[in-house]
Amino acid sequence: MTASAKALESGKDYDTLVIGGGVMGCSTALHLARAGMQVALVDRGALCREASGVNAGTLTLHMTRASLVPYAMRAWQMWMDAENWLGMDVLAKQAPGLTLAFTQDECELLTLRANARREQGAPIEIISPERARQIEPGLHPGLLMAGYCEIDGYASAYLTGRAMTHALRNAGVDIFENSAVESIDSGDCGHIANFDGKQAPLRGRRIVLAGGVWIENMLAMLGVQIPIKVLINQLIITERIRPVMRSVLSVANGLLSLKQFANGTVLIGGGWQGDGNRDQGGIESRPQNLVGNMRLAAYAVPALAEARVARVWLGLEAETADAMPIIGDVPGVANAYVVGSAHSGYTSGPFMGRIMAQHILCQPTDLPIFNPARLLGMPMPVA
Amino acid sequence: MTNEADSSALHKIDLMIMGAGPAGARAALRAKASGLRVVLVDENNDAGGQVWRPLPDGFSRLSGVASSAEARDGDALRLELRKAGVVCLFGHKVWNIGSDLRTDVISPEGSVSWLPSALLVATGTTERVIPFTGWTAPGVMGLAAATILLKSQNMLPGRSTLVAGNGPLLLAVANGILKAGGQVAAVIDLASRTDWMLTLPALKARPDLLWQGLRWQANLRLAGVPVLYRHGIDSVVSTPQGFDAHVKPVDSSGAPLSGAARVFSVDCVTVGHGLVPGTDVTRLLRARHRYAAESGGWIAESDEMGRTSVKGLYVAGDGAGVAGAAAAGAHGELAALACANDLGRISTEHYSRERTALLSQRRKPALFGRAMAGLMALREGAVAAIKPETIVCRCEDVTRAEIDAAVHEGARDLNQLKAWTRCGMGPCQGRTCSDVAGALLAIHVGSREDVGCFTGRAPLRPVSLAEVAGQYTYADIPIPKAAPL
Repeated sequence: MTASAKALESGKDYDTLVIGGGVMGCSTALHLARAGMQVALVDRGALCREASGVNAGTLTLHMTRASLVPYAMRAWQMWMDAENWLGMDVLAKQAPGLTLAFTQDECELLTLRANARREQGAPIEIISPERARQIEPGLHPGLLMAGYCEIDGYASAYLTGRAMTHALRNAGVDIFENSAVESIDSGDCGHIANFDGKQAPLRGRRIVLAGGVWIENMLAMLGVQIPIKVLINQLIITERIRPVMRSVLSVANGLLSLKQFANGTVLIGGGWQGDGNRDQGGIESRPQNLVGNMRLAAYAVPALAEARVARVWLGLEAETADAMPIIGDVPGVANAYVVGSAHSGYTSGPFMGRIMAQHILCQPTDLPIFNPARLLGMPMPVA
Repeated sequence: MTNEADSSALHKIDLMIMGAGPAGARAALRAKASGLRVVLVDENNDAGGQVWRPLPDGFSRLSGVASSAEARDGDALRLELRKAGVVCLFGHKVWNIGSDLRTDVISPEGSVSWLPSALLVATGTTERVIPFTGWTAPGVMGLAAATILLKSQNMLPGRSTLVAGNGPLLLAVANGILKAGGQVAAVIDLASRTDWMLTLPALKARPDLLWQGLRWQANLRLAGVPVLYRHGIDSVVSTPQGFDAHVKPVDSSGAPLSGAARVFSVDCVTVGHGLVPGTDVTRLLRARHRYAAESGGWIAESDEMGRTSVKGLYVAGDGAGVAGAAAAGAHGELAALACANDLGRISTEHYSRERTALLSQRRKPALFGRAMAGLMALREGAVAAIKPETIVCRCEDVTRAEIDAAVHEGARDLNQLKAWTRCGMGPCQGRTCSDVAGALLAIHVGSREDVGCFTGRAPLRPVSLAEVAGQYTYADIPIPKAAPL
């Protein structure tokens, strides 16, 4: 008898092991547990302390991939209702969303992108600079055009882990933090997750891989090769300042996200790239990209020039070869599932977890899932 | 410097030294003498650091008034730097450092980047205050803050001041106040007389400083200032005239004992519970750190020459582990010597000869300094006794009760605690609260190692968007290509 098999003798037999405690893994685990399953949720660190806890918290349709708009709209409502289904809120707040164009080229891009998203159901309209300034008086006078969406807003992403922990504990999910899975043994009777160190192996009838950018490594443990690209997004938070804005701002090509929280701090993001990788995480910001991102923010809302930066950090975002999520069965492995790697994954995350759970429970999913098998052998486009 | 400060160019140098206190300044002199292209940067207007504080711009010393030994030592150091022609960036703040050691400095011309082959961090310490009721009220300040007022501004911290906490700063501040003509209501020391006596063998290493300490104690007796050993502040309550400070006896861990409080009515309370090494830069650069209570807390792992686990990154002075100002100079020189050696700029013979000399020069003052650091070490009983409603993170008003509640809900490490409560998310980025918050968390979780420390991030000091962005038009913003639609 192997050591891990021995350790399992007295252990619990889970209906499902969820590997990866970000927003998608947490939501999947929560929905499965509420449907009556015995669920173990495992993370190598603390829950929602990677992308799910350090992203900009933007709950916008302006930056969502057009075909994901229906998903994002459902998830948006889940975030706004967090207190109801998590029992604890994440300071989610509705705010008007504006996309800004300062050049003719940007006007064209903005119109094109707004139309594509409107076709998918996003209530985005093109408005004049005058109307945009009625919504957000602090905008730069050089504004030429704006996209406006009523369904927009933001959450404080750093609170996600606390809210999820609260909900998961109440739902009876066993949480294993600081437990890095080293390998997975899969067979007819289920899966065994093996750990390095003190944590005894865990056994489950089913397994869900929900590791964000690390899904590539997790799939490899099951012998499946699907490349996942890693984006290293820079984020900037200011000290508390007087109220200077009330909307969520972006620019035509999506490379800005800007909002002021109730406590007065202003978060500047948008996906300007820093340095890092899958193994080491975010290593450092790129000075020229910091300067660029700050310039764009202070250009959009000139009053921001006075704000002092309190902290700059990096968060990892995953992207598949076709830049669409990966939600469904792991190809060729029975009772194994994968969920994640969505653009703007935080916005859509709770809903993605819900449809993953519905699929596992053999229920009809609210919206179609995204079959991982399509990505087998698909080359990653060169940036 | 003006023509060198072209913001578009990257200035290549051998060694950048952050912090112009005793360690950084002596390191700069040693580096210059070893032929290194060295730049010394400090956010203050001149060299000297906290111990040899320079006067503010526009201030000068009165002629005919005897200056203190510290003022004389500081002036001598500043003169020496000038004579040696060390390139000094005073009034400049370093806000970011890359893994290639690229150092971004806010100067009057905007953000300027330097690219040194080696970086020496000599940024000293932050004062620790173990929170008590009323510690955030205006008029309650650190011993270090009182020191700045006395040394640099020639100002009394109050008319009648209570001096409290632990460590040698208690005596220094109380004497500074008396010398400047102020009143000291009492000195409240967490340490016992025995704690002080136990440092005597080490103090013999520096008879001059021992003598100074004894003189300070005599001055207090002469002025009739009560000294309460094994006592701590329980609470400070505002009154129309100032404060009523409630003082209680404590045990050896700093935990309050039962019994009636003594009340001192004062208009200023100055309090400090030791010094915590500043590790902002070494954490930012992901150097290996270890928890060393006797050295003040978390410190970067380093050898006796100040080499850290990161190539090209050196630490010296109290920021590398509290050992006192007198030992910091030699430590700085050792680190500069190591830089010169590691960059291949001095001979092996020169290196080992000077190394031996400097190590021996540092030994006695370091013995003394470490004994003092022992007196300043964190007293865990005082942390455990923080009341639930007391604010721990003063930037974000996070109380002990909120920290305990997060622990109860499952928070297990310092960064998780931060995300759950905002403890350490404010303008000071945890410089003020991290040591105490870490100690509070460790009570529940186990060791300080389990709890960890806050992840280091830029900016090292808050910088405005305007300072970083500089002058620009929309066309100057290098907007990346669009995200997928």
